[in-house]
Amino acid sequence: MNPKRKKKLIGIICILLLLSGAISLALYALKQNINLFYMPTQLLQAHVLPNQTIRIGGYVKKGSLHYDSTGNGVTFLITDNKNDIPVEYHGILPNLFREGQGVVTTGKLSAKNKFFAQELLAKHDEKYMPWPLAQSLKGSKS
Amino acid sequence: MIHWFKQNLLSTKTFYKTSSYFLPWISTAFIVCFIYGLIGGLFLAPADYQQGDGFRIMYVHVPSCFTAMFIYLVMAFCALLTLVWRIKIAAIAMSCSASIGASLTFLALVTGSIWGKPMWGTWWIWDARLTSVLILFFLYLGFMALRSVIPDHQNRDKACSILALVGVINLPIIHYSVNWWNTLHQGSSFAQLAKPSIAPTMLYPLLSMIVAFFLFYSLILLIRMRNEILLRDIKSQWIKEALTC
Repeated sequence: MNPKRKKKLIGIICILLLLSGAISLALYALKQNINLFYMPTQLLQAHVLPNQTIRIGGYVKKGSLHYDSTGNGVTFLITDNKNDIPVEYHGILPNLFREGQGVVTTGKLSAKNKFFAQELLAKHDEKYMPWPLAQSLKGSKS
Repeated sequence: MIHWFKQNLLSTKTFYKTSSYFLPWISTAFIVCFIYGLIGGLFLAPADYQQGDGFRIMYVHVPSCFTAMFIYLVMAFCALLTLVWRIKIAAIAMSCSASIGASLTFLALVTGSIWGKPMWGTWWIWDARLTSVLILFFLYLGFMALRSVIPDHQNRDKACSILALVGVINLPIIHYSVNWWNTLHQGSSFAQLAKPSIAPTMLYPLLSMIVAFFLFYSLILLIRMRNEILLRDIKSQWIKEALTC
């Protein structure tokens, strides 16, 4: 290769490497801000002030979902299979909301570690399959 | 050897002449893949067990996002060829790709938003995946803006190449954003390439749509590049000959 071009190529590669190094350091340092939500275990380790608006995410624990008497409030446990956080929410539920479903919720943590949600979003996984297949998979598991 | 390539295979004249043979083939393949993808995605594929028919927007969303990212990769590669080897055709390919990439990124953002409202419950959320794709969109817009303010070809190609190369760092961030951070956006369905987590009946139309979008990009790119070559070399003898006969 022509020495002038070689020098240019090496220069470009060096600049790109340095730049990606700088960006990865910045992203790593901002990890806590980029994460959209805390999982219950992360939340217990994090220092969250009471009345600070945060997002927590995880799965709706099976058997923990209860509707209140008015019909528009729900209480359930958010779990990451290690720790649970009790959540209370009043409002419209997304279609995909049900027990076992992933959810992300915005709200405030009370002093008693109960979470009062203002917004509730459903998360879905990357699996796509037709009904019969999903039911046969469910049957084989139980 | 590179000099020989530049003189022969990579010259604008050879490109203009050979590309005309590929155009009909690419168009045919695109139409076939696109029609199968559309019919397969909208009618043949069964409804999803949790999202019902709503998941069908995937057949536009996923291919447009894949292609938008691929286009940026192509632009960055062309930028390297432009900066180091000064290959004219690469600079042309780079600048003609930008607006196609921008449109597809926009399409991915809009379809994602329409998909997000019924499934997640929100049009938009500042999670790592959504934000990094929005940055990709801004990179495309920035590239197009930069391209339009520098009148001189050589300086313009150089400045745009640098921008394209720097922006390529965003691609791995988009791809790994769902693994590195907690996001609302789900992980990749193609994480295990041998065993995608999409049922085969739903997968084949999706793959066909992805191929169709890539073909669409190459088709539009070739047409735009041919126009750009005509514009840049308008005074040369071979164009006069090519256009008169």
